Amino acid sequence: MREIKVAEISKAVFMLFLDANYDLGEDVLASLQAALQVEPSPTGRNVLEQLIVNAEIARDEQVPMCQDTGYAVVFAELGQDVRVVGGDFYAAVNEGVRQAYIDGFLRKSIVADPLNRVNTGDNTPAVIHVEIVPGDKIRLIVAPKGGGSENMSAVRMLKPADGAKGVMDFVVDTVSRAGSNPCPPVVVGVGIGGTMEKVALIAKKALLRKLGEPHPDSFYAGMERDLLEKINKLGIGPQGYGGRTTALAVHIETYPAHIASLPAAVNINCHASRHKERVL
Amino acid sequence: MTVKALKAPLTDEDVLQLRAGDNVLISGVIYTGRDAAHKKLVDLLEAGKPLPVDLRGQMIYYVGPAPAKPGKVIGSAGPTTSGRMDAYTPALLALGLKACIGKGSRSQEVKDALVRCKGLYLAATGGAAALLAKTVSKAEVVAYPELGAEAIYRLEVADFPATVVNDAFGGDVYEAGRRQYCIAE
Repeated sequence: MREIKVAEISKAVFMLFLDANYDLGEDVLASLQAALQVEPSPTGRNVLEQLIVNAEIARDEQVPMCQDTGYAVVFAELGQDVRVVGGDFYAAVNEGVRQAYIDGFLRKSIVADPLNRVNTGDNTPAVIHVEIVPGDKIRLIVAPKGGGSENMSAVRMLKPADGAKGVMDFVVDTVSRAGSNPCPPVVVGVGIGGTMEKVALIAKKALLRKLGEPHPDSFYAGMERDLLEKINKLGIGPQGYGGRTTALAVHIETYPAHIASLPAAVNINCHASRHKERVL
Repeated sequence: MTVKALKAPLTDEDVLQLRAGDNVLISGVIYTGRDAAHKKLVDLLEAGKPLPVDLRGQMIYYVGPAPAKPGKVIGSAGPTTSGRMDAYTPALLALGLKACIGKGSRSQEVKDALVRCKGLYLAATGGAAALLAKTVSKAEVVAYPELGAEAIYRLEVADFPATVVNDAFGGDVYEAGRRQYCIAE
């Protein structure tokens, strides 16, 4: 058994949340640059330019690119040959979040109770998804998630007869209704299959893929291309002012489904598509 | 792309010269306020009590800034989704508020109130929070410090970039822009 101290986990989580909030991914930056070349709307191009300059300021000054520094979502792939020592794994992750949001001047956006709504003051607790995997390492992926785009997300339990067209209509309709709210250009995570909770989780996981990297299965890669084309025909454009850059990418993840079910989920992310990872 | 200068607070003339789709650079004084502060303001109104800020002619920016780093005036400060303020906005416009700045679409009730009260709804670029914070030269809490990032701040801004979404004549750039660039299947 390889031992990993909880302090190491806290430190990694701390660094990853700073990095995810300060430093826009190179894949996103390249995608915004590419969109700037083809966006026909002058106001739309102005928005894309602002987002590119904003990323430079955030990186240079080490400040958050967006004031909504998000719900702290953490995916941990825990090697089954790892022994976590020195404390509680979940407490260690939350300690890293607490330090990042306090010492890193990130906004604290979490209320302790959904109805009584008193701020926890340190952006904890994180939403932590742990998966046990072979090996003796821990892979940590952090994905701070803004409220504006999360609020536009949806799950629908379709009928198997609805098929691929039913799923595509649902995805396009969800992005269409979201309009200007989730800070387009958006990144669209789509889950298909599994159960109600599983489909939402894989839609979120789809957002962790490198921007624009196609699904390994050519059928789903084709569906991603078709969806991106349909979404960009909606005309919503950057920030919703009209234009052809409504989404930067559509990523699909699938899971086996029950003979009676066709669950589908759409998790919308803002342009920043924040996520960073590290292997311990 | 043409850009007009806009000095805050606003007069009716300032409001009436602008149309949906106009890009502006705002300079002067604006106030912040989001969900919790709006609820407190409207609760006071309903109780017939005075507000902590005179909103006549003013612009409210829907923002909950990140904490300021040492030596900085304000932390990153981009707009939040405006629709959550829809329930409160008509009452504040009736009181003399001239404009609000956020992102995302408004209800028909808000659009009607903008026409009735000669007001504007503008949007700033969601996600451009580090860039927008650089336009702020002074920030002070003027009400509800207990709300933290949701307190009402008085901001002094210079060349704060925004786009008129809804004007005082019923114009809506989200609808018009989408119609212009939509490709029917």
